Amino acid sequence: MSEADHSSAYRREFLAEVEREVEGGTWVKMCMQCGVCAGSCPFGPHWEHSPQKIFMMIRAGQREAVLRSESMWLCTSCYNCVVRCPRQLPVTHIMHGLASYAQKLGLAPKLQATRDFSLQFWENCTRTGRVNEMRLTLGLYFREGLVAGFKQAWAMRTVAWGLLRAGRLNPAELVGGHRCADANGIKAMLAKAREIEARRKAQHGH
Amino acid sequence: MNAIATNQTLLVIGGGISGMSAALEAAECGAEVVLVERNASLGGRTAQIYRYFPKLCHPLCGLEINLRRLRANPRVRVLTLAEVTEVSGRRGNYRVQVKLAPRYVNERCTACGECAKVVTRTIPNPYNQGLDTIKAAYLPHALAHPQRYVLDASLLGSPEAEAARAACPVGAIDLQMGVETIELSVGSIIWATGWKPYDAVKIQPYGYGRYLDVVTSVEFERLADPRGPTRGRILRPSNGEPATNIAFIQCAGSRDENHLRHCSRVCCMVSLKQTQYLREAAPEGAQATVYYIDIRAIDRFENFYQQVRADARVKFLKSKVARIVHNAQSGQLVLHGVDTEGYHRYAREHDLVVLAVGMEPETNGLDLPEDLIRDASGFIEGSSDGGQFGAGGAAAPLDVNRAVQSATAAALRALQVTRAAARAEELKG
Repeated sequence: MSEADHSSAYRREFLAEVEREVEGGTWVKMCMQCGVCAGSCPFGPHWEHSPQKIFMMIRAGQREAVLRSESMWLCTSCYNCVVRCPRQLPVTHIMHGLASYAQKLGLAPKLQATRDFSLQFWENCTRTGRVNEMRLTLGLYFREGLVAGFKQAWAMRTVAWGLLRAGRLNPAELVGGHRCADANGIKAMLAKAREIEARRKAQHGH
Repeated sequence: MNAIATNQTLLVIGGGISGMSAALEAAECGAEVVLVERNASLGGRTAQIYRYFPKLCHPLCGLEINLRRLRANPRVRVLTLAEVTEVSGRRGNYRVQVKLAPRYVNERCTACGECAKVVTRTIPNPYNQGLDTIKAAYLPHALAHPQRYVLDASLLGSPEAEAARAACPVGAIDLQMGVETIELSVGSIIWATGWKPYDAVKIQPYGYGRYLDVVTSVEFERLADPRGPTRGRILRPSNGEPATNIAFIQCAGSRDENHLRHCSRVCCMVSLKQTQYLREAAPEGAQATVYYIDIRAIDRFENFYQQVRADARVKFLKSKVARIVHNAQSGQLVLHGVDTEGYHRYAREHDLVVLAVGMEPETNGLDLPEDLIRDASGFIEGSSDGGQFGAGGAAAPLDVNRAVQSATAAALRALQVTRAAARAEELKG
C-alpha cells in the first residue's frame, strides 16, 4: 500500500465530524476503552466491531470502515452497555446515531436487514399514521425477489391462517387500508420536526 | 488524667496509622493530644494488611515503632471504643461529645487469657474480616493497644460472662460497665477516620455475595496472612481446595460513574503485590491474571510493576471484565469480556477471583458536622473555619506511606491552630 492510500483510510477530522453530525457523538471522546460494553452485549459474538472498537475507530479516523459497517445496525437496544458503562456513555444512542448518519450519507450497507426493516417501517407508518401490517410483512417477504417472497409466505402459511381466523390479519388492508383520522396532521408534524432539527443543527451542530 | 481537656488540646479522631501518626507528631512537638478510636484497639486497617508494597515488608514493624512512641509519650491520651457524636464551637474552641462503649474489662487486665479459656461462645472475627470466628472474650490482635481483652456484649447475661469474671485472676472483668458520654474541649480537630472498601455486592455483574469464590482484595489480604483464617494458604472459600488460577479484577467500583467516581489509586499496587503472595502461599505454582484498564503504578512504583510484569506466573489482560458466570459443573468462575489489545472476546475460567475494590471514606453514610468540607466522593478536606483537618485515608485514597505524610501535614496545620489559641489566652491573661 502506498503512503497516499494509507493516509486516505484515516481521516483525522472524522471524530469532529461525528461530534458535529451524529446524535450522542460528543460522548465518543469520553470512552476509556475498558471493554465493558463489548463484553456486555448479547450480540457480541455476531458483530464485526464492538461499540468499544467503533469508538476507537472513530478516534483513529477510519471513516469509511465505520460508516460502511453493519455493526451498529445490529444493536437491539437492550441498554446493557448503557447501564454498565463506567463513564455513562449513551452507547445505544450513539450506535443508532451512527447508523442514521450512515444512512443519510448513503453509506449504509444496502441489504442489511435492520436497515431494510427500519426504512420500510418508517415509510409505511408515516404515510397513514398507522402501521399497515399486511403491506409491511409482504414488503419484507418480497425484498429479495418474487421467488424468495413466495417461499417465505408459504413457510408462514399456518401462522397466517391462525391470524386470519382470529381476525388479526385483514387481506383488505392490501388495498388502501385504515389510516388515522388526521393523516395530513401527522405529515405536518413530521415536517415541523424536520424543520426544527435542521434549524437546531444550523445553530449549534448537534 | 482528667477527661476534660483544654482548648490548646488537639483531638485526633481515628486510631489507624494516620491518626496515630498525627497524634504522635503533634505530641512530640509538645501538644496535648486526645486520640479517639472507635474499635477496641489501635492500628486500624493497617494492622490487617499482611505486607506493604513495594518492599513486601510487614506493617507490624511500623506499627510497633508507633506503639513504642505512644507508650513513651505521656501527652497522648488514648480512648478506645470511643465515638465522637457531636462537635460544636469553632476554631480554637470546640466542644466535642464522645460516647464510650463498655469493654467490660478494666485497666487491671494483664492479657493472660484466662477468661477466654472458660468462654465457648464465638463471634465472627473482625480482624479477619469475619472469615473465621473468635472466642467472645478476645484480644483484638497480637499487637493490640491497649493490650486488654474485650468481652463481647453478646456474652452479657449468660452464665459464661459470670464464669469469665470468676476466672479472671486480677478481677479485671466488670459486667456492670455501661455506655458513658464525656465532653472534651479542644482547640483543633484532625479527622483521621480512614477509609472503607466499597461494598462489592453493589457491583452486580461480578457476583460478589452470590459466588463464594469471588472475594475482595481486603479479604485476600487476610487469606495470605499466616495469622489469617487459612493460616496463610490461599484456599477457595467454596471447597477449601488451594486456588491455582487466580484472577485479579482492577477498578472494582472505582473510576465508575455507577459506583465510585474517583480512582482509588492504591488498588493497582495492591493487586501487583498480592500476585507476589503466591510465591510463598502457593509454592506448588499458582497462576495469576490481572485484568485492568490501565495500571496506575505511580513514580517509583513503576519498578515494582516491571518486576511483576517479568514474573512468568503473572499474566496481564487489558480489559475490564464485563461479567462473571458460575459454571455449576466445573465449579469454576467464567470471566467474560473483550480485550482492548486486539478486541478479542474471551471466556476464561478461574478458581478464585479477587476484586480490587475501591476505597471510600469510612464516614460516608454517617452524620458529620455541617461545616466540614468534603469533596464529591466524601473525602474530608477540613472545616470552613480552618480549625479541623482531614488526614490520611479520610482525606483521600492513599497508601500507608502517603497517609502518614498527609497525617504529618495535618498535625502541623492543627498545631498552628492550637498555638494561636494559646497565644490568644496569653494576651488575655
